[in-house]
Amino acid sequence: MRAGQSPRGSELRRMEGSRFNTGQLLLVISTVILIITVVLPVAMIVYNVFFYKWSFDWSLFASMLTDPDNLAAMWNTVKISFFVTTLGTVVGLFFAWLIGRSDIPLKGLMKSLFVIPYMFPPFIGAMAWGLLLAPRSGYINKMFMALTGGRTPLFNINTLAGIVFVELCYYFPFVFIQVSGALERMDPTLEESARIAGANQMTVIRRITMPLVVPAIAAGAMLILISSLSHFGVPAILGFSNGIFTLPTKIYELIYRASGSFEGIRRGASLSILLVAVVVLALALQRRVLRAGRYDIIRGKSMRPMLIKLRGWKAPMLLVCFVFLAITVILPLFTIFGVGFLKAYGVPMKLANMTLNNFKYVLFESRMARDSIRNSFFLSITSAVITMLVGTMIAYVIVKIQPRGKGVLEVLGILPYSIPGIVLAVGVILTWSGAFYLNLYNTIWIILIAYIARYMAFSMKSASASLEQVHDSLEEASRTCGASHFESLLDVTLPLIRPGMVAGFFLIFLPAMRELTTSLLLYGPFTRTMGVAIYSINEEGYTVQACALAGVAIIIIVLGELLLRFVTRERRGQ
Amino acid sequence: MAEVKLDRITVQYGEKTAIGDFSLHVRDGECLTLLGPSPCGKTTVLRAIAGLAKLAGGEVTIGSRVVASKDRRIFIPPEKRNVGVVFQDYAVWPHMTVEANVLYPLKKRKVPKKEAKEQVDDVLKQVRMGDYAERMPFQLSGGQQQRVALARALVASQDVVLLDEPLTNLDANLREEMRFEIKRLQNETGITVIYVTHDQDIALVISDRIAVMDKTGSIRQLGAPEELCRNPVDSFVYRFLGLSNFIPVAIVDGEMYVRNGSESIPFPYPVPSGMGDGPFYAACRPMDIRLSREVADAGVEARTGAGAGAGAGGALKGLVTRVIYLGNIYEYRVQVGDSEIRVQQDSFEAFRHGVLREGEVCALSIDNIRYYDDMEEVS
Repeated sequence: MRAGQSPRGSELRRMEGSRFNTGQLLLVISTVILIITVVLPVAMIVYNVFFYKWSFDWSLFASMLTDPDNLAAMWNTVKISFFVTTLGTVVGLFFAWLIGRSDIPLKGLMKSLFVIPYMFPPFIGAMAWGLLLAPRSGYINKMFMALTGGRTPLFNINTLAGIVFVELCYYFPFVFIQVSGALERMDPTLEESARIAGANQMTVIRRITMPLVVPAIAAGAMLILISSLSHFGVPAILGFSNGIFTLPTKIYELIYRASGSFEGIRRGASLSILLVAVVVLALALQRRVLRAGRYDIIRGKSMRPMLIKLRGWKAPMLLVCFVFLAITVILPLFTIFGVGFLKAYGVPMKLANMTLNNFKYVLFESRMARDSIRNSFFLSITSAVITMLVGTMIAYVIVKIQPRGKGVLEVLGILPYSIPGIVLAVGVILTWSGAFYLNLYNTIWIILIAYIARYMAFSMKSASASLEQVHDSLEEASRTCGASHFESLLDVTLPLIRPGMVAGFFLIFLPAMRELTTSLLLYGPFTRTMGVAIYSINEEGYTVQACALAGVAIIIIVLGELLLRFVTRERRGQ
Repeated sequence: MAEVKLDRITVQYGEKTAIGDFSLHVRDGECLTLLGPSPCGKTTVLRAIAGLAKLAGGEVTIGSRVVASKDRRIFIPPEKRNVGVVFQDYAVWPHMTVEANVLYPLKKRKVPKKEAKEQVDDVLKQVRMGDYAERMPFQLSGGQQQRVALARALVASQDVVLLDEPLTNLDANLREEMRFEIKRLQNETGITVIYVTHDQDIALVISDRIAVMDKTGSIRQLGAPEELCRNPVDSFVYRFLGLSNFIPVAIVDGEMYVRNGSESIPFPYPVPSGMGDGPFYAACRPMDIRLSREVADAGVEARTGAGAGAGAGGALKGLVTRVIYLGNIYEYRVQVGDSEIRVQQDSFEAFRHGVLREGEVCALSIDNIRYYDDMEEVS
C-alpha cells in the first residue's frame, strides 16, 4: 500500500518542507516589531548614557547623580507620588465604598460622574487650577484678597501641595474604578454569612470586605503611583514658574534648554535611567503586594449586595460627593470654557466680556492650532489602527500560538507601559535621529513611532482579553473543516474579536488625542499636537486662546468617550 | 469511508507524555469507542488523528494515506486530512448561522454553490435541524448546537468522523436521544466513527467495538460491547464497565472462604478451575445478586460472631444495613463479615417479594461471578 503512495510523496515532502507556517511567520513579525519600537529606544538610552564614542564612560551618569538639582527633582518626584498615591487611594476607596456598598441615592449617575476626572487631561486641569489659584492672578485668590482686603492669597497652586492636589483630582479614579469593580463582583453571601455568624457592620467591613478588596486597592494604588512618578503635565504647568522640578520635567528642561544638542539629550537620558529605576522599583513592589493576596472568591457575575444604611448621614454624604465633583470636574471645566470665551485674561467673567473670537481663532485663523488638531487626529487614528492591529497580532501569538519564547514577547509588549512617556521620547529621539541612517526628527513619523510604542501595552491587554474568550476549539474546528491556519484566523477568530478590537481602537485613540509628554519632546515646527499647541500657546501667555483650544480638545475627547460607550454597550447587548 | 491505523504513536505536551507507543486499528465503517477515565489520553488520540497534536513518534494512517509519521517526517495539516471532528464544547461558530456553519467545509473545498446547498439541506434534515437553518447558535439549545456540530463534521468528511465526548454536557434525556441519533447516522452513512468518552453507558450503546483505556493511556481490552461485558479481561475493565462488588475471598485447602479477620465464612460457590490456594476477589454486579428472607434462627447466627455463613441451602448470609429506594430499583447494602456488598433489585420484583428492611438477615445468591487477583482503582 505504501508503495502505491509514491505519487503523493512529493506532495508530502512539500508539506513537510513548508516549515515556515502562518504561526511562525506571525511570531517573527511580532518579535521584529517589538524590537524596533520598544527594545531599540531603551537600548539606545542605555548605550548613550554609559558609552561615549564606543567606550564605556560612567562619568556623565555619576555627575548627573550627584548634581543637587537633580537629587532635588528626584526627591520632589518621590514626595509628590507618595502623597498622590496615599491620598488618592483613600479618596478612591471612600467613594467606591460609598457608591458600592451604601444606600446613597443616584448611584448610576454618581458612578459615571466619578469616572469623568479619569478622562479629563490632567494638564488641562492644571491650567484651570492655575487660572483659579495662581498666587496673584488666580480668580479665587483675587476674590479672596478682595474679600479680606489682605495681600495673602488663599492658596498658592504653584507649590508641591498644589501639584499633589491637582494630580490627586485626576488619579483617584484608578483606585475608584478597580475597587468598584471588585465590590461589584464580590459574592455578597460572604458578607452576609459573617453577619449571620454574629459579626456587626464594622467588623464585617474590617474583617471581610476590606481583605477581599485589598488586591484591587493595591492594583489601583500602583497605577496611581506609576502614573504620578512619570507624570509630566501638571508639574510642568504648575511647577516651572516657581522653580519646582520633578524628574520628568527636569528631563524635559535639560533637553529643551540644550535646544536639542546631543549633550543635552545625553543628560536627559541619564536622568531617564534614574526615573526608570524608580518606576521599576515601584513595579517590583506591586508584584510583591499583588502576589500576597489573591482570592478566588470574587466572581465574574454581579449580584445584589447587602447595602449599608446611611440614615442621617445620607444627606451629608451626598453633599460631600457633589462638592467633590464640583471641585474636581465642574469648576475646572467651567474655568476652561469660561476663560476660553473671555476677551482677555484677567477681565471679570461677565457676559459683556465674552466673545467667540478665541474659538474662531483656534479653529479657523491660527495655522498652528488648526495644524495641531489635524495632526492629533492623524496621529491618534493612525497609531490606534496600527497599534490595534499589531497588538492583536502579538496577543494572538502569545495567547493562541504559545511559542517557546512567548514570555519574552509578553515582557517586551508590557515594557513601554512601565517606561514613562518622557523617557520613551528620549529613546525615540536617540534612535530615529539618524543613528540608523534614518532621520525622522521634526517629522510626524517620529511621533507616530513613539505613540505606537507607548500604547502597544494597551492594545495587547485588550486584545488578549478578547482572544481568551475565543475558545481554541473554534479555530481547530475550522482547521478540520478544511481551512488553513490563515483562513481560520480570517473566517473565525477575527470576526469574533472584532468588537474587542473596536473598543481597543478607542482605548488608544482617546489617550493619544490628549497626549502631551512624548509629543512635547518630539514635535517639529509643523508637527505640533493638540496637547503641545495648548501647552505652548499657554506658555507664551495667550491664555484665552489656550483655553479655547483646550475646550475644543475636551469636546473631542468627550465625544470619543461617548462613542466608545455606545460601541461597548452594543457589544454587551448581543 | 476509510480505516484508521495508529502505529505506536507518541504524543508529548512539553515534557509530559500524554500518549506513548499507542497502537490501534479502526476498521473501515465501524464505530469504535475509546473508553477510559479522565485523563487517560483518549482525547489526545483523537487530536493526533485530526492533526491537532503533533507526533513525537509513530505513524498515523487514514485510508491508504500516511497523514503523520515521525520517522518519515510527514505531517499533513488538519485541513488536508479530510476528517470531521465534533468537539466536546461543540465549537459551533457563534457568528455564523446554522447553515453557514455547516456550509463552511464545503466552501473551503470549493464545492459549487448549488450542490453545496443541497448537501447542507440534506444533512441538516438528517440531524433534524432542517427548520433551524437561519438561526444563530445562541438561539439554539445545547442539544441543537451539538447536532449542528455533528452535521458540520459529517459534511466535512465522508470518511472519518471523530467525536470527543460530545454528549457529556447534555442533560440525561437529550443524551439518551442523541446517542441513538449518532448510531442511526453512522448506520445510514457507513462512515467510520471514533468516539471518545468516559461514560460506559454511551459506549455500550453506540459502539461496534470498544477500546478500554487505563490512566496510563494503554488499551486494556478491545472488543465488541457484548464481549467486554461477558468477558472482561481484568478487574480494571470489569469495574469500569459498571457498578461492581469485589468480595475478598481466599482458597484454603481447596475450599473457598470470604476473608474476614480470623473467622472464616464459607463462600458457597465452586472453586474456579485452575486456581490454587491464596487470596483473590470474587467480582459480581449488584443486579446479579438475589436476596431472600432467612428463617429467624439463621438470623441469630448472623448477629452472633460469624455474621453469616452457608445456610441450609448453601447460600451466603448477610445483614441488611441500608435500604435505598432509587425509583425503578431498590438498592441494599448487605454486610457479610467485614465486607459490604451492594445489591440492586428491580422495584417491581422487590414489591412482589416484599422489600427487605434494615436490620433483617437475608440470604444472598450470586450469579455470574468472576474471579480476579486484584481490585484496581478506576479513577
